[in-house]
Amino acid sequence: MGIFSPGFVGRRRDANPLLPPGQYEVTNFPVLSAGPTPKVTKDDWALSIRAQDGSVKAWNWATLMQNPIDDITVDLHCVTRWSQFGMGWRGVSLDHLFEGVDTSAQFAMASSYGGYTTNMQTTDLVGSKAWIAFQFDGEDLAPAHGGPARLLVPHLYLWKSAKWINRITLMDHHELGFWEQYGYHDIGDPWKEERYS
Amino acid sequence: MTRGRRSAIPEWQAARLVAAHDETATARTLVFDIPGWPGHLAGQHVDVRVTAPDGYTASREYSIASGEVDAPPPDLPAMPDSGVNVELSVEELDDGEVSPYLVRGLEVGDHLEVRGPVGGYFVWQPSQTEPVQLIAGGSGVVPLMSMLRTHAAAGHPSPMRLLYSVRGPQFAFYAEELQRIAAASGGAVTVDYVYTRTAPAGADRSVGRLTLEELSTLALPASASPTTYLCGPNSFVESVSQWLLALGHPAECIFTERFGGA
Ligand SMILES: Cc1cc2nc3c(=O)[nH]c(=O)nc-3n(C[C@H](O)[C@H](O)[C@H](O)COP(=O)(O)OP(=O)(O)OC[C@H]3O[C@@H](n4cnc5c(N)ncnc54)[C@H](O)[C@@H]3O)c2cc1C
Repeated sequence: MGIFSPGFVGRRRDANPLLPPGQYEVTNFPVLSAGPTPKVTKDDWALSIRAQDGSVKAWNWATLMQNPIDDITVDLHCVTRWSQFGMGWRGVSLDHLFEGVDTSAQFAMASSYGGYTTNMQTTDLVGSKAWIAFQFDGEDLAPAHGGPARLLVPHLYLWKSAKWINRITLMDHHELGFWEQYGYHDIGDPWKEERYS
Repeated sequence: MTRGRRSAIPEWQAARLVAAHDETATARTLVFDIPGWPGHLAGQHVDVRVTAPDGYTASREYSIASGEVDAPPPDLPAMPDSGVNVELSVEELDDGEVSPYLVRGLEVGDHLEVRGPVGGYFVWQPSQTEPVQLIAGGSGVVPLMSMLRTHAAAGHPSPMRLLYSVRGPQFAFYAEELQRIAAASGGAVTVDYVYTRTAPAGADRSVGRLTLEELSTLALPASASPTTYLCGPNSFVESVSQWLLALGHPAECIFTERFGGA
């Protein structure tokens, strides 16, 4: 667009093919959220999936742990432009939790303790692309990072990985989540730089 | 949760630096003219993009310091000198990529690009009537200043208190204007400083970080049912927000904005 800022050089880094457009690398896993961190213990924690037909599947901490557990190493990309590589998580693939659930509904809403919501396409949650994660870097997930358990959808910007997840609702109609209502992107693919709608 | 204006965030727009002044020895306030600026609410931020002559770009987020600006009438053509100024205040980080350029490099007349306003959640609007407590750590005072300026411009009667944690008096942003706003507010606006490293002579508090006990005396109590806006570095926001919960403030009355860093 021809708008140059005279004298700006920038701290050039070698072009890193792992870095989506407009992102820069950090190594300290920053915290971002809209309000204070809700305090949820494993004892109080529960997760439910509500399908389009109204049927509900639910877990407490013990029944979640009965599912196969994955070690997940992923790169995460935050819309505030930081990316962190090779982050090690443990969690349960949503594929296990969706067993027996009709996932033909096009739209999904993740809801959290504290009232946060974020919307996605159901296809972004199935097919070994999304987890309920409860450990990071070998430790129980800290409350500030969404502990005891958060959604982890690493192929989308991090606001889609709802902290303190409590419910997933499958829907036949389109609804916007918390940040999406403020103009953040419906899909949020970092490689397409889908920051804002 | 219905807050703020909801609309698509516009594309990148050219912004020309029309004025600048040092805010402190390490921070500068930048005033941009942005033709076609869609208006903003107090508390929102912009994405700022700077481009080197060879096309290399870097972007960061900066809160808007100037008070709320209404959306222009839809039929108003974008003028080269729109008269709509958007003010940012940037603290220089020693090893930073963008902030040193904004504080020491960009000159009046130069351009960069902005995208926004972004974020309709961390906002205060004059239609709110409840008491407000603002709590800033360092440059986190910027979006809170926008709220204070909007409050002052409206001659708003409801209490708005600022608790400002900063390294020392010489690092405080907007010191004179804050004093003026408080003096002109008829008691509605108060400003309290907490100095973490150096205090002025005769200060009645030894230097050090804000504590839970001080927060309980310097901030509006939960019994006053205030809305609290908290902004600053990650660690500051994290500890103060937990203290506010411990002091009985409901989570839905605490709004936070985290600037990053340690
Ligand atoms: C919503 C939002 C609003 C913001 N508003 C303002 C504002 O009004 N004024 C302002 O000065 N800044 C503001 N910031 C911070 C700003 O976006 C940049 O992060 C900051 O200017 C550093 O950019 P840089 O390129 O100079 O440093 P970088 O090159 O990005 O980082 C240099 C080093 O500093 C560390 N670092 C990064 N950010 C921070 C930080 N915020 N504090 C301490 N250390 C950090 C990094 O980890 C790195 O080690 C805001 C951030 C957000 C998310």
